[in-house]
Amino acid sequence: MSDTRLDLQAGARTDPAHHHGHTHAHPEDHIPAPVIDRSAIQGWGADLDPKDRPAVPMERTPPRLDFRPGEPEQQAQTVEILQSTERPRITPVFGTTVPPSGVSGSMRRLAFRFSENDLRRWMLLLAADRVNVVEGVVDDLRHGHVPNIYAEMGGRAELKHNPAGAAKKAAVLAGVLAVGYLLWRRGRDR
Amino acid sequence: MLAMEYRGPYRVRATHKPEPQIEHPQDAIVQVTRSCICGSDLHLYHGLVPDTRVGTTFGHEFVGRVVEVGSGVSRLKVGDNVLVPFNIFCGSCFFCERELYSNCHNTNPEATAVGGIFGYSHTTGGYDGGQAQYVRVPMADVGPTVIPDDISLDDAVLLTDALPTGYQAAEMGDIREGDTVVIFGAGPIGIFAAKSAWLMGAGRVIVVDCVDYRLDFVRQYAQCETVDFREVEDMAIHIKKMTDWLGADVCIDCVGCEASGNFMQRLTGVKMKLQGGAATVLHWAINSVRKGGTVSIVGVYGPTFNAVPIGNAINKGLTLRMNQASVKRHLPRLIEHIRAGRIEPSRVITHKVPLEEVADAYHIFSSKLDNCIKTILVPPGVAH
Repeated sequence: MSDTRLDLQAGARTDPAHHHGHTHAHPEDHIPAPVIDRSAIQGWGADLDPKDRPAVPMERTPPRLDFRPGEPEQQAQTVEILQSTERPRITPVFGTTVPPSGVSGSMRRLAFRFSENDLRRWMLLLAADRVNVVEGVVDDLRHGHVPNIYAEMGGRAELKHNPAGAAKKAAVLAGVLAVGYLLWRRGRDR
Repeated sequence: MLAMEYRGPYRVRATHKPEPQIEHPQDAIVQVTRSCICGSDLHLYHGLVPDTRVGTTFGHEFVGRVVEVGSGVSRLKVGDNVLVPFNIFCGSCFFCERELYSNCHNTNPEATAVGGIFGYSHTTGGYDGGQAQYVRVPMADVGPTVIPDDISLDDAVLLTDALPTGYQAAEMGDIREGDTVVIFGAGPIGIFAAKSAWLMGAGRVIVVDCVDYRLDFVRQYAQCETVDFREVEDMAIHIKKMTDWLGADVCIDCVGCEASGNFMQRLTGVKMKLQGGAATVLHWAINSVRKGGTVSIVGVYGPTFNAVPIGNAINKGLTLRMNQASVKRHLPRLIEHIRAGRIEPSRVITHKVPLEEVADAYHIFSSKLDNCIKTILVPPGVAH
């Protein structure tokens, strides 16, 4: 293995196997490369031969699993699963967490009428996600749980590792609340 | 059981949820012993991935112990310690038959462009993830791999995504001896891509980022050159000055949709969501690679569209390669590399945090506080 060595003064690559064929008259326009000692790089070239690279070629058949799995059985559907219109039927296996519900669920059902090729699907889903956040807070309160948003946003970590940033955020929040209060007072006094 | 739960952008908490059940004959239930927060979890955390529902548990990088198996599982048994690839795949569909496990067609009813992934929104199948005490693992005979006795849990958990993704990023670059490889992003994926580029015989490896401590780390860990893009006026010109004005042979995007470095891209891609994320790195990669070169993309983008200089890619005759990593096909070779001491994945772990403190862990990782590179969550009752 020959090292790729560069003459830093001239800015010219000296590796005969991999040169770009020219040098430059203006050294300020050229950022010299360091001399690289390949022997000091652990494992250099261990996978130089593409045969040692496990994803070459990209499509490899048959797969190198140590057994031949058959087509999976169909999972029983116990909750509502939204399905892409680019599929003829539900997949044999799927996740069942957090089925669609509430206003956000209706928005998601509407979104799934559009294909993955249609921007409306994705924008509706993003909008549903935002509605879902409000539903989440309402749901917490309905169950008697007041969410500790400060803790959920990692406030303690901010205070510990970035106290200046935490102070700045607190000051901005206090400012916004003060301005809001003053505007409210002004509106009420009229 | 205790589990991480998404409550909205920048809001997560540890909460008690029902334990998962066997829902399919080929399911297993795994008691999690380590799970990671991945850089791509931050896209969920920041509310950028469509159909991320409140109440979902994230986590697609985890290892654990099998505690229950379905009636159709024959190759795993209770008590096995397994690493679970982030891809949920059947092993038998058209795509799995070609070892494109990340593109499995049988595990995600909600979209066709991507296969099933643990804890990564309903756009990837609506599965709960492994940032919990227990997790349902579908297709248990196919995906999970028993952890060899000589591989530590900390190394094993990085074999579920981060290391294979970094390795595949380099592999898709079709690196040849002496190539100059530019890697955008000094997070765990970029760090492993840099190490992998050397394994494949690169002549120069250059990592671009803007976070000082990460640039310092990758310079030491991967013995590479680094570029702080805050100090660079124009990335394409800078890379050309470094490469005899021709451009890099290979450029690799290990950043994805939340890239910094361009105000308009951030505004339209991240803040206004008019694109599937900021395409800054795609611009840099296409414009910094040499004619006839290769751009490899493993950074995650949204499903809509991005404004990229595709005309330049055509005129330069580029090869564009991209995919989610098919983890399972890489495992045997990567385990060999770990055993041979060529790569030490667990060195990127900077934080081990109890699952109970998941909100703080996300904030530290997201805000790059406390020199954080990789965070491991440890469920209660599990030894650190």
